[in-house]
Amino acid sequence: MAKIKPRVKVPKSVAAGEYFTVKTLINHKMESGQRKDKKTGKKIPRKIINYFEATFNGKPVFSVDIQPAVSSNPFFQFSMKIEEAGKLAFKWVDDDGSVYETAKSIKIG
Amino acid sequence: MKRIMTSAMIGGLFAASLGFAAQAGETKDSLVINSEDGPIKIITHVKNPPAGSPLPELFSGWVFRSKETRALETDDFDNPGMIFVEQAWEAWNTPDGKAGKSCADCHGEPSSMKGLRAVLPRWDDKQAKLMTIEDYINWSRVEHMGAKPWKYGGGQLTSMVALISLQSRGMPVNVKTDGPAKKMWELGKKLYYTRVGQLDMSCSNCHEDNYGKYIRADHLSQGQINGFPAYRLKNAKLNSVHGRFKGCMKNIRAKPYKVGSDEFRALELYVASRGNGLSVEAPSVRN
Repeated sequence: MAKIKPRVKVPKSVAAGEYFTVKTLINHKMESGQRKDKKTGKKIPRKIINYFEATFNGKPVFSVDIQPAVSSNPFFQFSMKIEEAGKLAFKWVDDDGSVYETAKSIKIG
Repeated sequence: MKRIMTSAMIGGLFAASLGFAAQAGETKDSLVINSEDGPIKIITHVKNPPAGSPLPELFSGWVFRSKETRALETDDFDNPGMIFVEQAWEAWNTPDGKAGKSCADCHGEPSSMKGLRAVLPRWDDKQAKLMTIEDYINWSRVEHMGAKPWKYGGGQLTSMVALISLQSRGMPVNVKTDGPAKKMWELGKKLYYTRVGQLDMSCSNCHEDNYGKYIRADHLSQGQINGFPAYRLKNAKLNSVHGRFKGCMKNIRAKPYKVGSDEFRALELYVASRGNGLSVEAPSVRN
């Protein structure tokens, strides 16, 4: 399987107190645990991203517990506003314990 | 059925399914894709198709899809097909085979492939064969890289086709149907109008006679392939033209030709020629 790589789309600079849109996408198989291997007949173990969160300067902005019904390559989009410049950090947690992270700086202006 | 959209977008989807019955066959919206290189205008509607076209107007499959599906294609970040394009770009730069070469070693950037998607499939005199993008990739892999050919219709090959097609996005499809390609084009035309399978249907019964109408809960398109490889929400991956042909033939309970067969190559050329004038739209998003 291809390397898991998070992608985010965040404006570089925004007006203070004005809402803007954040888009995130991570490529992941999201194996639900319900499927069977056609050759062996055995269940394919579950392996999904089970948690996603976004924090701005350490403070939580958006978080979600993810369940197996969510499709592969989960896409999250949300709106937020900020009063000061800072760093928007994203974190995805995999069933196998891996954590995928990325961050973007946002300026005011 | 797996859905790609999650979170807040689910609400929108639900609302759309309620309002769907009121929707007409096709949208009048035009498609402008917000890409990293700026906006790209896509021709999704040709009012006056080239002479000899069996269709009074040409429509890309995009116009028949629901609002939410259409929206996914308007921004490259939202387009899930781009994940596969990125993977293909990695493969483009990765050496493979005995020669130890990558695509990039000879071709440089993928942008060197600009224009190719719009004119393929085409007859190649040297190969004495109708060549699709898949054929060219595999030929180059074997001939120049000393690598094994990728499986026709498989994920690696289809992703690479998407990367190469993307370079021609926005350009009008313009495949040649005369000259040495004519024989294959005529075979394709024959296949298009031949009724097959237990349901005794030809391609034209749906895609020429009845496009825009409902087929169960969905609208029939004109069967244009300008958007292929297409990311389908149904199976959450890129789908090749031949894979789609195979699916169609299964739907009418016919025995499909093989993916990568000459029959499907001929059909690909014929169907592509029916869409001459529409923009290359790959990788498109369909349901």
